Amino acid sequence: MHPAYSVIFFTTLTGAGYGLAALLGFGLADPAMLSAKLGYFLALGLITIGLLSSTLHLGNPKNAIWAFSQWRSSWLSREGVLAIVTFVPVTVLAFTNIFMGLHIGWLGWVSAILCMMTVYSTSMIYASIRTINLWNTWLTSASYLLFSVAGGAVILTALLALFEGGSGDMPKIAIIALVVAWVAKWFWNKRQSEGYGGSTMASATGLGHLGKVKLLERPHAMENYLTREMGFRVARKHAAKLWNIAVLMGLLVPAVMLAIAFGLQGSTTAILLSVVAVFAHMIGMLVERWLFFATAKHAVSLYYGDTALDVR
Amino acid sequence: MTTLPLATNKKLGLVIDLDTCVGCHACVIACKEWNTGGYGNALSDQQPYGAEPEGSFLNRIHTFEIVPEGGEVIDQSADSRVVHFPKSCLHCEDAPCVTVCPTGASYKRAEDGIVLVDEDKCMGCGLCAWSCAYGAREMDISAGVMKKCTLCVDRIYNETIPEVDRIPSCVRTCPAGARHFGDLGDPQSDVSILVAERGGFDLMPEQGNKPTNKYLPPRERKPLSDAVNAGFETANADNVGDATGFFGWIDKTLSKGSSNSKVGEK
Repeated sequence: MHPAYSVIFFTTLTGAGYGLAALLGFGLADPAMLSAKLGYFLALGLITIGLLSSTLHLGNPKNAIWAFSQWRSSWLSREGVLAIVTFVPVTVLAFTNIFMGLHIGWLGWVSAILCMMTVYSTSMIYASIRTINLWNTWLTSASYLLFSVAGGAVILTALLALFEGGSGDMPKIAIIALVVAWVAKWFWNKRQSEGYGGSTMASATGLGHLGKVKLLERPHAMENYLTREMGFRVARKHAAKLWNIAVLMGLLVPAVMLAIAFGLQGSTTAILLSVVAVFAHMIGMLVERWLFFATAKHAVSLYYGDTALDVR
Repeated sequence: MTTLPLATNKKLGLVIDLDTCVGCHACVIACKEWNTGGYGNALSDQQPYGAEPEGSFLNRIHTFEIVPEGGEVIDQSADSRVVHFPKSCLHCEDAPCVTVCPTGASYKRAEDGIVLVDEDKCMGCGLCAWSCAYGAREMDISAGVMKKCTLCVDRIYNETIPEVDRIPSCVRTCPAGARHFGDLGDPQSDVSILVAERGGFDLMPEQGNKPTNKYLPPRERKPLSDAVNAGFETANADNVGDATGFFGWIDKTLSKGSSNSKVGEK
């Protein structure tokens, strides 16, 4: 699948934003603290930029208002509705935290649950697509949700280190969240070997009973929407290397830095490492999300001779 | 509404005969011609006369080569066989392209099962094309909305055109009679009988889309290598050994005086 930057930024930024908002909703930062106030500001910023980024993906954005109408059947519509609904508690909490130094416990829980429901809906946009076997699994949702929480935890750790002189137990929570998220992702990634699931060129053409089917002639000499959108090829060549980079930046670097920062609580080094951990993690997530799209194979490729799309 | 109708009595669709399709692409062009001026936005082309011409089409012909197990491939013939494979929207009963649509632009008609896109609602997110296993939907690059086969909904019910033309453009134009249009929900219809007699099948049934369109398998035939070997003796222009009558006389007369007597006797 073609890895569109708009969708990569949409999923990574809203993921981190909702994760941060959810952790703040659970009351992990004292509302009197500057980091809680900035945290809400940052969460709303990440969510808003992410959602705006998603609209860049549209061919005809003037009709986007209709996207809130089909929540009965469409996960994309549900995501849109939930994103708007979630703005209400997050914005109210941001207001009470920033201007009144007040956290409303029950609303925090409502906010956190809505944040996670929104991330779940985002994940289901992909997980519900049967044609892309790699995505069509609950592990897609699990990794989206866990990465969201892990991203929020890494950001909150840095905020606490920067403005409160120490992040308490947050580095530990962040490291655990990172490890758990990457375990889910590792299981997800193992499914690469399943290819198209049950579909083959034989089932796509119904000609398997005659022998081995191969493409003799494409229907068109040049590219078209399908080959560009579904048949992205560049990344697969470097997939293994990029996976290593994603694990290094998304898991190992931030986890090690946060572990050191935990040991040196309060020092300038700890602050610096906590901030670097955020940037490393975000870079890792961008690579991970790029691979999420780029390595996903679409069943329609079978009509183009399976690997024909890989090599051209 | 992007929820699917529970059931449609009529299931209008196509039956495509892979035995008779000659891969001429006439249906592709007829489809483009009708639909660029018909339903919704035009089917745009990008750089039609430039270095990399491309455009939106609702019907495309792939060509496959099938080599039987243990089959022999000699040059371009022997045991392998070529099948031309037209592919357009299959108007699935369980159409994922409809349910994933967030705007309600994509819908399946309860009255005849045709899957359509309301371009006044489509925001061009492309999710329906992602959900389609058959590559039946293409985003029009210039209009930014999703295009797909309408089963020529603006022909089949159109009382302003002669009755003979009230079938999809691709079916009307096919010179080989490889495309058939009808109600697959009615077991007594011509298309249903054709499907039953010829063993029509679904594409990628494992995807669970329950496509309406059916494909008829290529008929049994002798391997091309057999045909070539059997036909070689008579098909060879040099072989006139058994020519009789007028042609025998010509052969005999023209062979006189040439260094090699009768060619066929070589």
